[in-house]
Amino acid sequence: MATEGKIDPMHQFEVQPIFDGFTLFGQQISFTNSALWMFVVLGLLYVFMAGGMKRELVPGRWQVMVEGIVGFIDNLILNSIGPNGKKYTPWIFTLFMFILFSNLLGMMPFGIIPGIHPFTVTSQFTVTGLLAAISFSIVLIVGFWKHGFKFFSLFIPHGTPLPMIPLIFMVEVLSFLVRPFSLALRLFVAMIAGHILIKVFASFVIQAIDAGGASWVIALLSIIFIAFVSALELLVCAIQAYVFALLTTLYINDAENLH
Amino acid sequence: MPQISQLMEVYLGQFFWLLIVIGIIYFGIARNMVPKISKTVDDRQKRITDDLAAAQAGQDKAEQIEADYRTSINEARAAAIEFVNEAKAKAASKNEAAIKRAETAIGKKADEADAELKAAQSSAMKEIEAVAAEAAQAIVKTVSGAKVTATEAKKAVKAAF
Repeated sequence: MATEGKIDPMHQFEVQPIFDGFTLFGQQISFTNSALWMFVVLGLLYVFMAGGMKRELVPGRWQVMVEGIVGFIDNLILNSIGPNGKKYTPWIFTLFMFILFSNLLGMMPFGIIPGIHPFTVTSQFTVTGLLAAISFSIVLIVGFWKHGFKFFSLFIPHGTPLPMIPLIFMVEVLSFLVRPFSLALRLFVAMIAGHILIKVFASFVIQAIDAGGASWVIALLSIIFIAFVSALELLVCAIQAYVFALLTTLYINDAENLH
Repeated sequence: MPQISQLMEVYLGQFFWLLIVIGIIYFGIARNMVPKISKTVDDRQKRITDDLAAAQAGQDKAEQIEADYRTSINEARAAAIEFVNEAKAKAASKNEAAIKRAETAIGKKADEADAELKAAQSSAMKEIEAVAAEAAQAIVKTVSGAKVTATEAKKAVKAAF
């Protein structure tokens, strides 16, 4: 990273093996920093949930927080899918919490501790892509399982004039097939953009200080900008997790209830 | 961009670890812990609803008891007033009867006394007349010397009275 006082803003997204694992299908499966941070997310999520498991009649602060999030996801599903959406709660919960914790963990300033390099799991297209693929598979499986070939009627909106049906059908199928990619890309890009922006301005700070003279003003402005972007990014972390979960419920709603 | 340049070497590893983590979250937390938390919330909600219903029932019961108490006390009061009025009327009529009886008794006694008085008066009058007649006879005899019969004297005395 630090050659000639320069910061490579892409370095933070590199997946590096921590220790070698085993080979699967001819590919090395090593325990990487990405996997490490996934497990950190898992551990934090477990601690968070376990703290709300006291099951007291009069809840403490922690229990209120956990119950609030569970209630929030229950409400999201109830509003988007309806009462028969209850069976999707575990998946939506998994999505929302995993993404939220990964996003927030990536924003935490662990970098100030020497030797620790924070890694945002959700800034990897492989991760967001797999999550989107699972959500999309659920939509497909539920749709064809429940409605069979009638599921294709999803692609023909009500009241479409007969001659328009083939064209509309093509457009709707295309937009349907784009869904998993838009789902995955949205989260991935939102995460990566903020992180790159912060790193770029961080490199400005170092360069400005190295240059000396009156350029410390630029360093100061850059730091202020970083503070604002960090605050904005914290908001984006929560919003992107919510958007991913919300869109998944909406897509599942299409499959569950057709129209 | 490492996400693209590294894609072919890391994607299987990423999928592998992600599936493990997601699987643990899904089966361990989302399917195991979350329903318990939801149940806690539901139980609390149910408890609150039940308690509120019980409180409402208790209040209704208390109000019912108060209403019953009120009607019974009103009935008792009405009965008491009626009883008192009856007793008053009875006492009044008894008194009246007693007074009437006493009055008649007193009237009778007064009449008797009156009659006795009158009899006594008349007898006294007769005696006085007799004495006066005798006295008149004696006075006339001594004053004029004329003889006056007892009947004449009596007539004269009666006329003088």
